[in-house]
Order: sequence, then C-alpha cells, then structure tokens
Amino acid sequence: MNQNLFLEDISTGMAIPTIKKDPTTQQLVKYAGASGDFYQIHYDMDYAKNNGLPGVILHGALKNAFLAQLLTDWIGPLGKLTKLEVQYRGMDLPGVPVYAKGNVNEISANGTISCEIWLEKEDGEKTTVGKAVISLPSKN
Amino acid sequence: MAGENIPKDLINAIGTESSPLENDIEKGAIRRFAEAIEDSNLIYIDESYAKKSNYRNVVAPPTFLRSINTNPLPENIKSPYSAVVDGGSVWEYFEPVCAGDVITTKTKLQDVFDRDGRLGNMIFIVKVTSYTNQKSKLVAT
Repeated sequence: MNQNLFLEDISTGMAIPTIKKDPTTQQLVKYAGASGDFYQIHYDMDYAKNNGLPGVILHGALKNAFLAQLLTDWIGPLGKLTKLEVQYRGMDLPGVPVYAKGNVNEISANGTISCEIWLEKEDGEKTTVGKAVISLPSKN
Repeated sequence: MAGENIPKDLINAIGTESSPLENDIEKGAIRRFAEAIEDSNLIYIDESYAKKSNYRNVVAPPTFLRSINTNPLPENIKSPYSAVVDGGSVWEYFEPVCAGDVITTKTKLQDVFDRDGRLGNMIFIVKVTSYTNQKSKLVAT
C-alpha cells in the first residue's frame, strides 16, 4: 500500500492488484453512522426480510468505497483518481467476502488511464461493475 | 409506453435545484469514515503523512462526499413504487478535499425516465450534486 505508481509502470491489459474486503454487520452499522445513511435494510434484519431481501445488505455506497480503495491503494498518494463510475448489479451480504478487481483498458496519449473495475464474490458473480479514469506522474 | 408510469409532478420537477448548503469538513468525520470503510491509508488519518504527500491536511476518501449534507430538492420528489434501490453513481473529481475545507453542496434533479426490466417497470431518478470548496472551486460532482 501507498507505494508510488508511475505512468511507466503500467501497460494496457494489466491487472490492478486485487483487494479482499470482509464486510460484517458491524461494518454496516459503522458505515451507516459515518455516512448518515440510515436506511433500515442495511442493519435491521426484520425490516430487510419484510422487504423481500434475504437479510441486511451492503450499502451501494460502501461497495463504491471498496472500489475507490482498489484504485487509491494501487496508484499511491501521487496518482489522481479523476472519474469513478459504478453500477450495482447484485446484492452483497455481510459475512460474504468480496474481491475488488480491475484491469487497465486504455492509456491515452495525454497520460489519462481508463480502467474497468468490479466487485466479485468467491463464486465469480460480479455484483458491482464500473469504470474509472486515473492519471499518474511520469518518472521523467 | 415510455413515461406513462411516471407521475406528472416528478416530470415537472426535472431541472429543479436544492438551495446551497455549507459543510465543514472535519478531521474526525474523515477518520470515522475511513475506519468504517476499513481503509487504513495514512493520508486519511495522519496529518503529517498527508502533508508529506503534498496535501494541506488529511484528505477525504473519494466517496466521503456522499456522507455530507445537501438541502432537499424544492419539490418533494417521490417514486410511486415502494421498492427503492441505489442503481449506481458517477463521480468526477477535480480537486482534493481536505480537513478544514468548507464544501458547498447543491443538488439538481437531472432526469427522470422509466424502463421495463426483469422485475417490471422501473423509474430512474437521476440527481447530480456539485461540491464547491471555500475558494469557489468545483471539487467534484
């Protein structure tokens, strides 16, 4: 973590180092408090089940934060995250680990780098997909 | 028919904006947010490390802005459906946000449309929030 990444270090198609997150019900409560999102489907089991859900589910915005961390851990303090786009495709439940992953899609002439990013469960289901744009310093 | 499921008052509210709201970006709030997302990056919690990395103070994680307040839209917009889910988001970042900044938020109802999906008709409500710092610089949307 926090190593500086330079433009010269990356190439099209390379994988962004995966990070694993282990969300728990405690994390959902902490996130509700820190973010101010108190929608009960994220911490009240009865409420969630009465609304047709299998149980409490992760906040979309928490999954967004996991994908932001995938990028910021990778690019280090000198890199810039300029765009982060996510779509929530499936539910994630506490107690089920998720893996944040990504690939470098394109490196443009002006040095901006487009990536595809996603959250994946152990069975390979992608519950969140997205895109990001970053820029990196050059060694020169 | 596209659009027939959308209440008229929702269509009429497209383009309306919330009044601006100032938020003080507090060091403790950033720390609690970083702890909640379980991201131990020192630029969010260690002031001297953040300064060594050329930031004015500890930095807010990219999605922290989601946690700060906005005023409500002038019209009380409500989907006619009871099941509401967060479909996703798009962030664009222009300037870092650090502890001590004052960020003004303003939210606009950008678009409302509907689509028939696997689970039936769905109404999409698209809101855009702009985040501007104390130097009147747009830091993110």
